[in-house]
Amino acid sequence: MNNVYAVFKKEFRSYFNSPIAYIFITAFLVFSGWLFFRGFFLIGQATMRPFFSILPWEFLFFVPAVTMRLWAEEKKMGTMELLMTLPLKDGEIVIGKFLAAFLFLAITVLLTFTFPLTLYYLGKPDIGPILGGYIGALLMGAAYLSIGLFISGLTENQIVAFILSVFACFGLFIIGEPIVLTALPGWLAGFFSFLGLGAHFQSIGRGVIDSRDIIYYLSVIIFFLFLNTRFVESRKWR
Amino acid sequence: MITVTNLTKRFGPTVAVDNISFEVHRGEILGFLGPNGAGKSTTMRILTCYMPPDEGKATLAGLDTFEDSLKIREKIGYLPENTPLYNDMGVVDYLKFIAEVRRIPHSKRKTRIKEVAQQCGLGKEELAKDIGQLSKGYRQRVGLAQALIHNPDILILDEPTVGLDPNQIIEIRRLIKDIGEEKTIILCSHILPEVQATCKRIIIIKEGKIVGSGTPEELAAQAQGEEIVYITIQGPQEQIQQQLDKLENTQEYHLLSSENTSHRFEIISKKGIDLRKDLFQLVVDNQWSLTEMQKTQITLEDVFKQLTTEEN
Ligand SMILES: Nc1ncnc2c1ncn2[C@@H]1O[C@H](COP(=O)(O)OP(=O)(O)O)[C@@H](O)[C@H]1O
Ligand SMILES: [Mg+2]
Repeated sequence: MNNVYAVFKKEFRSYFNSPIAYIFITAFLVFSGWLFFRGFFLIGQATMRPFFSILPWEFLFFVPAVTMRLWAEEKKMGTMELLMTLPLKDGEIVIGKFLAAFLFLAITVLLTFTFPLTLYYLGKPDIGPILGGYIGALLMGAAYLSIGLFISGLTENQIVAFILSVFACFGLFIIGEPIVLTALPGWLAGFFSFLGLGAHFQSIGRGVIDSRDIIYYLSVIIFFLFLNTRFVESRKWR
Repeated sequence: MITVTNLTKRFGPTVAVDNISFEVHRGEILGFLGPNGAGKSTTMRILTCYMPPDEGKATLAGLDTFEDSLKIREKIGYLPENTPLYNDMGVVDYLKFIAEVRRIPHSKRKTRIKEVAQQCGLGKEELAKDIGQLSKGYRQRVGLAQALIHNPDILILDEPTVGLDPNQIIEIRRLIKDIGEEKTIILCSHILPEVQATCKRIIIIKEGKIVGSGTPEELAAQAQGEEIVYITIQGPQEQIQQQLDKLENTQEYHLLSSENTSHRFEIISKKGIDLRKDLFQLVVDNQWSLTEMQKTQITLEDVFKQLTTEEN
């Protein structure tokens, strides 16, 4: 636990050691804010719906940017060798990195909470879907993160990690979307819509928290963190 | 303290480490010497549990690198080649991170970082900087500090002075020597004077194989009595070489240069033989003329060169 915490701190701090973190957060807030207030003033809707419906797409680019350097940079700089020869278990490093990325993402997402607060003053929003939306956003974001982290471990090039992660997340997102589902036979559609990263987010976003959705996201996260650990370990297989 | 038995590591068709065995005793500084690509770093990566060997095994303090990897990693300090560090991290933040992972109790971390910083010659100024802002020499010291922070019994240093200026090199060597008073150290290098200056024993490795080992004195003694004679003879080259081939008591000779009819040779004698008389006689018998002849003792430098650069 101590080790996870040490890795977590190192990784989390390193986000703020370069200006990129601030640029990301600002860009995310400006873009989300623009979407939100545009809907608010133009259409006069006191709702977070447009914000949450665009979120999976924003995450598609934002999350890979958060995860791309986590392993790729270590490999490129050679710091991987020092890190992996410290008395740390591979799994501890993976989890520490993941948690740091998650906290960074969570802070960014929760900063948008200022939007519904304005709503609260100006209208009477339904609080259920908003809370659900945030819980769903964090779970979905965490799932994207675990995929991005795993992919960052496959290359020493951050840009490659970014692009591959965007595609991987996009693939796992789109298979559950109506565009794909309508083209599939019924039984397969059901399966794909369960596998897709977005559908569970939408159902949580309605304010209904179903344990199946939560289990789905946790499974995705655990699966990719596990894969990441195995891959890091594979260096040591004989 | 460290026992390596029949270690082999391949990367595809390259045999980076080829069936090597050696031992390092407690409190010893061992120099691991060899030209680039000899397999030094690969051996160190196996010892530090970064990668497993294909064959053979290595134990440190009685622990197997494969089975007790975590325990071994607790006991060693490692400075990898090229000193990989996080450039965007502050020096103190970095040392704190290492101290935490190295299980130094929270209350003692600050003092320990101060101690090790002082030991490695890191002043207040450097501690306040980001690692990326440091000069190469100070960067190296941070690398040493992180390797020493938990006071490990075993220290593995891979080319710790590459890229430093002469003064920095002297300081780092002195530092290693001081540390070596109480620790078991393996120092990798491709520079003979470096290991000569710091190590009690040297292993010379070439193309993954051990080609020589012993104290600097022993290694020099292996070749002692062998002498090199430099000789310049004027005469027909083919004939001279034919005669040199026939000459007894030589190990080998090389043609160094040829100018018109003047040929300069380097001739290495067998142990305890002075070749000069025979050579002189040869020149007289063949009615060539002799324009130079001088004799030198073989040095450790020559031994290293012989062992690592020539095809035997
Ligand atoms: N990860 C690797 N993949 C492929 N070949 C490698 C790898 N590491 C080392 N080698 C090869 O193994 C040989 C020994 O390398 P190394 O141990 O780095 O030598 P040294 O440290 O003595 O310079 C070299 O031929 C090198 O190219
Ligand atoms: Mg090397």
